[in-house]
Amino acid sequence: MAEQQKPVAPAIPVAPTKPAPGEAPKKLEFRLLGHNYTTPDLVAKVTGKAKYAEDFRAEGMVFIKLMPSPRPHARVISIDASAALAMPGVHGILTAKDLPAPPPPPGPVPAAAAAARPAGTPPGTPAGSPAPQAAAPGGGGAPAAPAPAAGAAPPVAAPTPPPMPPEFALTDEPVYEGEPILAIAADSEELAAEAIDRIVVEFEALPFVIDPLEGMRPGSPDGRTQGNVFVGPSMKTVKWTAADMAMVDAGKFPVNAEATETLTYGDIEKGFAEADLIVERDSQQQTTSHQPLESRSAMAYWQNGKCHINVSTQSLARTVAAVAGWVGIKPEELVLISEYTGGGFGSKIPGSQSIAIPALMSKKLNGRPVMMRISRAEETYIGRVRPGYQGWVKMGFKKDGRITAVDTFIVEASGPYRRQGDHATSANLATLQFQAPNMRFRGLSVATNTPPGTSQRAPGGLQSSVWFEPVVAEAARKLGIDQVAIRRLNAPEGTAQFGLNPPNTPPGRPRNKVTSCFVKECLDKGAEIFGWEARKANSGKRTGSKVRGIGVATGAYTAGSIGVDGLCVLRPDGKLEIHQGIGNLGTHSVVDTARVIAEIANVPWENCEVVWGNTAKGLPWSSIQAGSQTTYAHTRANYATGMDLKKKLTEIAAKDFGGTPEQYDTNAQGVIRKGGGLRLTWAKAAERAIALGGIYDGTEVPKELNAMTKAAAAAHKGRGLMGVARDNLPRDGQTYGFMSGFAEVEVDVETGVWRILEYVGVADVGTVIHPNSLGGQIHGGGIQGIGHVRSQKLVYDPHYGAGLSTRLHHNKPPTILDIPHTLKWAAVELPDPTNPIGAKGIGEPSVGAAAGAVLNALADAIGDGIIRRTPVQPEHIMEALANGGKPAYEPLTAFI
Amino acid sequence: MGQNDGMAGAVERLITLDVNGQQRRVDVLKNETLAMTLRYKLGLTGTKLGCDRAECGACTVLVDDVPRYACSVLTHSVRGKKIQSIEGLAAPDGTLHPVQQAVVEGQGFQCAFCMPGFVMATVGFLKTNPAPTRAQLAHGISGNLCRCADYNKILDCMMVAADKSRGA
Repeated sequence: MAEQQKPVAPAIPVAPTKPAPGEAPKKLEFRLLGHNYTTPDLVAKVTGKAKYAEDFRAEGMVFIKLMPSPRPHARVISIDASAALAMPGVHGILTAKDLPAPPPPPGPVPAAAAAARPAGTPPGTPAGSPAPQAAAPGGGGAPAAPAPAAGAAPPVAAPTPPPMPPEFALTDEPVYEGEPILAIAADSEELAAEAIDRIVVEFEALPFVIDPLEGMRPGSPDGRTQGNVFVGPSMKTVKWTAADMAMVDAGKFPVNAEATETLTYGDIEKGFAEADLIVERDSQQQTTSHQPLESRSAMAYWQNGKCHINVSTQSLARTVAAVAGWVGIKPEELVLISEYTGGGFGSKIPGSQSIAIPALMSKKLNGRPVMMRISRAEETYIGRVRPGYQGWVKMGFKKDGRITAVDTFIVEASGPYRRQGDHATSANLATLQFQAPNMRFRGLSVATNTPPGTSQRAPGGLQSSVWFEPVVAEAARKLGIDQVAIRRLNAPEGTAQFGLNPPNTPPGRPRNKVTSCFVKECLDKGAEIFGWEARKANSGKRTGSKVRGIGVATGAYTAGSIGVDGLCVLRPDGKLEIHQGIGNLGTHSVVDTARVIAEIANVPWENCEVVWGNTAKGLPWSSIQAGSQTTYAHTRANYATGMDLKKKLTEIAAKDFGGTPEQYDTNAQGVIRKGGGLRLTWAKAAERAIALGGIYDGTEVPKELNAMTKAAAAAHKGRGLMGVARDNLPRDGQTYGFMSGFAEVEVDVETGVWRILEYVGVADVGTVIHPNSLGGQIHGGGIQGIGHVRSQKLVYDPHYGAGLSTRLHHNKPPTILDIPHTLKWAAVELPDPTNPIGAKGIGEPSVGAAAGAVLNALADAIGDGIIRRTPVQPEHIMEALANGGKPAYEPLTAFI
Repeated sequence: MGQNDGMAGAVERLITLDVNGQQRRVDVLKNETLAMTLRYKLGLTGTKLGCDRAECGACTVLVDDVPRYACSVLTHSVRGKKIQSIEGLAAPDGTLHPVQQAVVEGQGFQCAFCMPGFVMATVGFLKTNPAPTRAQLAHGISGNLCRCADYNKILDCMMVAADKSRGA
């Protein structure tokens, strides 16, 4: 917290500013923002005092064990738990029949969240997913389809089957191996496990699908009883022809097979006709498990009519409605505590359905505390995955490297519950990242009886870079163009437009545009730090059995939403309480964005206390912590809140000391008269606010506030001077963050083993608010992308539908030895004009940039014909090199 | 936790452990791991369970100054040994250990669920190699996983810690 208080107030723009035409954007300087500091939660973390969900204890606590489905798809015929329930120390059972119906009610969903939901998902669906601008062909007729954003598609009226029922915490029809059937509570976990063993469940086995392409074979089983392909919120059965499947069997993707989703922009036939070079390839990327190191354990009890749950969630304020729905209570009957969350990466956006299990078990046991520990194997099953892709991509280029057309077909392994839409997101991002003037996307979202898909850090964004970047790299090599130059040529800039439309969209509809974009600057800065020109000498350089390669790629992702609230209370002890409804998931944004209020109002950081982690403490309405929304959304909301606080401070001074509010300002001590001395200390200002009441102490609050913020303000009224505001600042366009990644690799062509020698990531995230944290995000996201390329996967036995990679040792997230010992990063630090602070999010563009850069470096070392699948394992390289440079075995098979 | 050990004379259950410099009397099942004893019997929840199968290192503690995965050590096997968990690392007056201090100053780690394990692994490693190269340090703590993948910043902090530990 130690921060030098500089006497001079910074130049804060009073509203979002746009540089005048022709004027280059400049870095903004601040007193607190942009400087390193220590977040106030760090000492608790480093001394072991920080409590995560499983660290809470309560008197009389009992333990839950879950019964996982032994089959990938089945129907429960009967459950006989009599022997288990007769055991001493066993307290109760919970089955699917004990879960509340109807399914989760919708929480209040502001426009920003609606835009962030996966296309085709009803607003009530709690698992908010930040699919950027992915339109939902075929899903448009659903009654609850989100309002199309500017440039998105109008609904297409078409008769569709009924929406699929949502996923519940326990089920009578398990649709993947490991899905929980029931839960037992007992004095100990061992006893609960013993009781589970004594329960007799009779199952009727149902057909299942592991590899999505197998689900397309004529006469093959469907992954769900309602069909095999998700179409919007519904399902239907789609089978390819025998001829299509003969191609699949020959290892070739059938590009003319049936698709249920099509999105286009421009005219691809014209685009390919204009091309001097066309590059196409089949491609595949794997399904990966999120694997946060903290599993989704939860502890619950009931007290005084309220349900208290210690949970692991990414987004606290935005988890309340979801969990209340799963438990079947009103949001005001729920207290959620989540002070620390051990990672989520998209798998805990609003917590997860399983949170309801200990809550409902505790209710059955008259409120007795119930702990549900989730093991690593259970986490691998219920903890969500990123959908894998199988498909084809074709791109056309002019001689100078300009992209003329992109055509792609992507089959997405959605898991058993709902359309993911990562594939459509990837396609939309291609129109942004590469400014493709003509593009077509065709796709299928196929139900697989594997762990449920959801957003994983840069959902569709990582896959976009992995899918398209190697094709750009191959084209540059064939055209003899520098890899950085071809990316600069095709890079978006300014308020670049992007987006795809469903077929038959009337021409002339406005497209989406970004609020700012500095990709070329990222490429230039990255090339300089990496030493691109000098390192070109390493391209293909062989030393003994080792060959080197260099690569560059870009990443793009959503980086901010709007419309959320801020709340702070200046107390009579002179301290400023800054309330945050956002989760503490490890990104530091819960504290970093709080500093904006201190910055705006000139309150010394040492005087500030950030309040987070417990809904009983009164939290303002927040963005979900996904889609890299938080930094942008909450710097804006807290800017508005800081301005409100400062306005009230100067108004109180004017009331007490005469003149107008404009004649007053604040400094480190409190309110000053401009050109004069201190008039009100912080403490005195808080006392005066309480005495004045009304708007000053939170008795009256703006009508425009979100409901949760109003409730929080009511709880805190009269405690001091309240600053409270909703982000009503204007925004024209969608906010996206960008990255460039540069990598050098070394491949041993005798063993296929490869390693990364150097990685540099450069971010376009607008103003940097916390450099140390940004470095962590650039490299953390980057290494997760590297894990996708290098080692992570899920393996399934196709005959039994059984998972073979439930341990970290098998599904292989990257270790400290998988990366170079020193990594470099930088940011271009050019402010986004739609945020008064200038900041944008960063969590996600970093993932694709690193993955693409490493893949491109590998191809630079060993050739463009070899890598057609991720992760790139030594045996793939070995076999391909032995086979004259052709891709390795079973190029289209998933889950191997 | 435990009803299933009724066999008279099988193993003495009430034992004394030396944890963070204190003698702790504790009732321990014969199949109980040190991680469970620390977390559920002694209230030392800083020792995290990430995998419970010796894969992630989140539960790393020092046993006679050697980093061990507490999830895979039977509590009965460490009687008479000196056990140190993350809670026992700072001085009694709250002064942080140099490794902890370096993490605080460098804003190391993100979600920090892996942090106690990494810190204990580093403290143990630096006892055997007080002046490691960055590569040696990475190798020395490679038995610990960080899913936020803050490895670069972790190494930055731990190298500072090594320097400060030697200077102190």
